Amino acid sequence: MTETAIFKDSEADRQHRTRWFANRVLIYGVLILWAVICLFPIYWTITTSFKMAPNVMKGNLVPWVDYDPAWLGWRSLGLSPDTIGTESTVRDEFMKRFLNSAITALSSSVLAVLLGSLAAYGLSRFTYKFAWMKNDDISFFFLSQLILPPVVLALPFLVLYKALGLLDTTVGLILLYTLTVLPIVIWIMRDQFAGIPTELEEAAMVDGLGVWGAFFTIILPIALPGMVAAFILSLVLTWNEYFFAALLTSTHANTLPVMLASQTGSNGISWWSMAALAFAAILPLVVIGVVLERFIIKGMAAGAVK
Amino acid sequence: MSGSDHLHVVTSDAITPGRRRLGMGLIWGSAALLGVVALAQTAQEAGWRDFGFQTWRPTLYAYCVWATALCWGQVIIRGEQGRRTLFVLPAALFVISLTVFPLLFGLVIAFSDWNLSSPDGRQFNGLANLRQMWADPFYWNAMTNMVWYTLAIVVEYAVAFGLALLLNSQIRARKFFRVAFLLPLMLSPVAVSWMIGKSMLEARFGPLARLARGLGWDNPSFFGSPEVARFTIMLMDAWTFIPFMMIMLLAGLQAIPKELTEASRVDGATGWRSFWEVTFPLMLPVSITAILIRIIFKLKLADIVINVTSGGPGGATDTVTSFIFREYRDRSNVGYGTMLAMVYLVIIVIVMTVLMKLAASWSRPRT
Repeated sequence: MTETAIFKDSEADRQHRTRWFANRVLIYGVLILWAVICLFPIYWTITTSFKMAPNVMKGNLVPWVDYDPAWLGWRSLGLSPDTIGTESTVRDEFMKRFLNSAITALSSSVLAVLLGSLAAYGLSRFTYKFAWMKNDDISFFFLSQLILPPVVLALPFLVLYKALGLLDTTVGLILLYTLTVLPIVIWIMRDQFAGIPTELEEAAMVDGLGVWGAFFTIILPIALPGMVAAFILSLVLTWNEYFFAALLTSTHANTLPVMLASQTGSNGISWWSMAALAFAAILPLVVIGVVLERFIIKGMAAGAVK
Repeated sequence: MSGSDHLHVVTSDAITPGRRRLGMGLIWGSAALLGVVALAQTAQEAGWRDFGFQTWRPTLYAYCVWATALCWGQVIIRGEQGRRTLFVLPAALFVISLTVFPLLFGLVIAFSDWNLSSPDGRQFNGLANLRQMWADPFYWNAMTNMVWYTLAIVVEYAVAFGLALLLNSQIRARKFFRVAFLLPLMLSPVAVSWMIGKSMLEARFGPLARLARGLGWDNPSFFGSPEVARFTIMLMDAWTFIPFMMIMLLAGLQAIPKELTEASRVDGATGWRSFWEVTFPLMLPVSITAILIRIIFKLKLADIVINVTSGGPGGATDTVTSFIFREYRDRSNVGYGTMLAMVYLVIIVIVMTVLMKLAASWSRPRT
């Protein structure tokens, strides 16, 4: 407001404005505080990976101001600029685990989205009757798998996999991971397909397409954003999974979380290398979180609102 | 209830008897193959005859062949109807073979004494595991801990709701805050255990320990006493999972029609009253869904506990999952561990059923 304002603020208005202003400060204060709470651990991990022992002991926080960044942590992983060209057993080990994680997470997510989408589509479009189970019962059967805690399956699977020679194999892990994320995929996709009008397929079928033809050419493109959301959510869950991987793998099929967990005890206070390892493990998902945030939110919001 | 929104297509499939026979032959043929292979393997296991099998893989392959034949046979025998079944059947077969079968198998294991590293193999021991469980103070301690952990969800819910309200209000840089708030959920619990549990909370050099000292806590130790350790684990788990509830609640808030809140404002409801009398009741169904799903995830809590405290001090932070994990790691007795897990499952199913029934009656609109 300029000095020549025609309408003068009355005393009451001004009070209102200060209250509004205080309110804003409070809201942004809380938001920024929580953002710091969320981001500080990540910041701490990144900066610690460039620290040396004295920096850690002194509790320096800001690189270049408090301390000079060093490649110590990344060198121990074989990922610093001066070691990247040379041979490094740690790096090979890390890359192997990273690759294991990537293969396991990607394949199980693909498999889960494939199986889950088909099932969700079928359940949203056709009436089934398997023995005594109708559509709602089948849906409930799939979704009820969510309640099943991993421990219940873990030990029977351990014994079964041992008999089947699937212990410590990527295939075994993929099967289990697919199972754990399948209910979530079905949950999300059921919601997606329910929002697509059936007239679309009816029109397609009049034009001579079969059930599957209509599904692939008409419905799938429309439901793609939902599938991406389900895929990313599965990816997050399977990439981070630790419990089954710790029980069922030992040397060949270990994933990144298992490697990370096995390092925590042995390394003692060499924080820089642990920080580098931890950061390398979370980096892919941080990137996914920042870039594909829209899909993750979409996936989690599905089913929340009817 | 449903049915009206389903697809209705009249199909005219003329299935010839020959085609039907082919389908039946396919299904039963592969079933017979599965039976023969399984029988041969059982025979070898029992020591009747050696077929030279190393593992049970051949049975697994035969099972896969049978499952494929079953799916394919549906289309051959039932035509259009079978093609529809094909949407659900693969997923159903997958889930049944990977849960129902292991669960039944687990029931057998649960009533036996089976040390995987001992050469004796499985020994049926009846109810001995149950009796041992009954007298195991650590198991019941872990169970009590689970109750505490689950109760912490109330606080998590309140925080998540607050954050969702803030994100839903008129703010700038909403996208930045949303991404920032979401990030903890993306991190692997194992990484979080190190990042927060092992380094930031480290008693000498961790930044949070320094902060605690600065605030006047002379000798901060976050995992020293049982209560504090449990509280710390709760905080770390809350840190990872609050975004989850927040996003669901935010989606609920955004689905509330603007007219409703505006109308309540016109009627003179301000801040708190508008929240309690309009927003909160409208959010009840979403809240209940979010809390139920959160409970389900909470009951699986283990990674952080295993990696940060491994249950200590004195089992104060143990969850049922982490306890069974250690029980297996230390004694490699699958029988007892499975019994504990089965009992846990039964308790969970009962509790969740009761909760879902209660939730259904709560979220029904009051008349």
